[in-house]
Amino acid sequence: MPKTKGKGRVEHAVMVPLDWLEERSGIVGAIRYFLFRKVPAETNWFHTLGSATLTAFIVQLVTGVILAMYYKPDPESAYDSIQRITNDLTLGWLVRGMHRWGASVFIILLFLHMGRVFLFGAYKYPRELNWLIGVFILLLAMAEGFTGYLLPWDQTSYWATVVGININASAPILGPFIADFLRGGNEIGVDTLSRFYSLHMLVIPGALIGLITLHLYLVIRLGVTPPPWTKQAGGYEPSTNGGPSRRGLVEPRPRGNGDGERKRERVS
Amino acid sequence: VADELERPDAGDEHGAPHVPSSSLWPFLFALGVALSLLGLIIWWPIAAIGAGIAVCFGFLWAVDASRDVRGRPAEPPPEREADVEEEDEGAARYPRNVFLEGATLGLGAVIGGIIMIPALGFMVLPAFVNQDYDPVDVGPLENFPEGQWMITKFKSVKNEPADVSRRTAFIRNNGQTDGQPSFTIISNRCVHLGCPVQPQGLTDEEPKTFETESGPIELFNTEPNGFGCPCHGGAYDTEGNRTAGPPPRALDRYEYSIVNGNVVLGTPYAVAEVEGSGADAVMKAYPIADPSIHVDGLEKYFYPYVPS
Repeated sequence: MPKTKGKGRVEHAVMVPLDWLEERSGIVGAIRYFLFRKVPAETNWFHTLGSATLTAFIVQLVTGVILAMYYKPDPESAYDSIQRITNDLTLGWLVRGMHRWGASVFIILLFLHMGRVFLFGAYKYPRELNWLIGVFILLLAMAEGFTGYLLPWDQTSYWATVVGININASAPILGPFIADFLRGGNEIGVDTLSRFYSLHMLVIPGALIGLITLHLYLVIRLGVTPPPWTKQAGGYEPSTNGGPSRRGLVEPRPRGNGDGERKRERVS
Repeated sequence: VADELERPDAGDEHGAPHVPSSSLWPFLFALGVALSLLGLIIWWPIAAIGAGIAVCFGFLWAVDASRDVRGRPAEPPPEREADVEEEDEGAARYPRNVFLEGATLGLGAVIGGIIMIPALGFMVLPAFVNQDYDPVDVGPLENFPEGQWMITKFKSVKNEPADVSRRTAFIRNNGQTDGQPSFTIISNRCVHLGCPVQPQGLTDEEPKTFETESGPIELFNTEPNGFGCPCHGGAYDTEGNRTAGPPPRALDRYEYSIVNGNVVLGTPYAVAEVEGSGADAVMKAYPIADPSIHVDGLEKYFYPYVPS
């Protein structure tokens, strides 16, 4: 008896503040909805690739923020500050290594995740929009790789960036403008490094966080796709988690009909 | 829930996905857009015609695609929309209501514009204005013996750190023509993707170094039989003409002048092809362009305007 009583008291001590939060924000319900939503019966390890990619991104965010405390984005001191991070500062080698190798891991996981989505047909209705958002996430991740590569400011990164920018320049019509924008002028100069640094740590990560939020919102709203070999995969209800059925803004046409005239007759 | 899921034909009208019907208008619209882009490069009237086609078929497309939204043809569409709106809201919309809504959105847009336009301008414009090349004094004429190639290293911008402003040119004195000294001055920037090309041949290891108004200069004797790029194998002869590999044009050159007995490099210019050699070389000078850009041939139409 005293045991249960104690347990009840602990539970009470946890639940009261949570209840206070819930009453004022609804956050507990939201988190519960997020964590305990229904997923198809036959999910497998391939469904974890998206979360793995997100984890890799979070690793990049955390290590990147900390590297920014020691890195100096200036042609005179960039290389030396990287040497200092790697050789002198305690654990600097580890955090820089995590960021450097994590960048490759992030890109590799992105492609594996994309391959899973493609092979499972998870890009199909109603998830086309999430595929499109994913494409932009992929492009921005590549841009992160490109802008981050310059930052060590050694011979490899300098000439790789020269070549990369000139590849941009070779695009028809807009190419030369994109190249000038990236360089901050018609030659690589003092502003190029800080420009890349700003893009790398402020502009692109901000955009990525926004897009990943949208991506996750749609995953939660539309549910996880059942693998194509399951019975569930045949249905075309948008949601597997019992979410709201579609209340469209317009009355859609009946499905699978190309002929506008004939269809209208049938509707009326 | 599971039952509904497995019903192959689940969903009422609202549940059915909205699939656009096939139509020719999007293709004609795209054709119009393509024509107007093409016209921008070739001749503006074509762009105007293309824009006309795009507007025309874009309108037809919009009419077609929004037919269901606008309601059945029996009823005049605008009235029906108004009816639905009133029914939905259960109250009439007052002009003040509409005005306030518009004013909020409009003011928001104006305030956003006032903030964003200077900020975006500051981000983009400095990369495109005041991009002139500083003249560079590379030292007295006597340092460039007739017929001898000199690898010349200099700083393109005096006040920038050497890391970002160090440039290299290959300079050869061609002797006097009509009483004027003639020079071949070739930039070492590969016109494929911008790596530094190297002279193929014997080169002095010890440079001759000295200072001019433009900063430190290093001169190396060299006897090249051509220039080669380490990155992707572009190869050029001693006039800068491409002999092998991916480069789309000949190596860039520098304008030069002789000021108080010193050789002064001016603005670089792009060259498609050089005929002849040395003092007799004949070529057309194009405005300097990024590596990888064609300045002649059909491909030049891909780059109608090159900022420089």
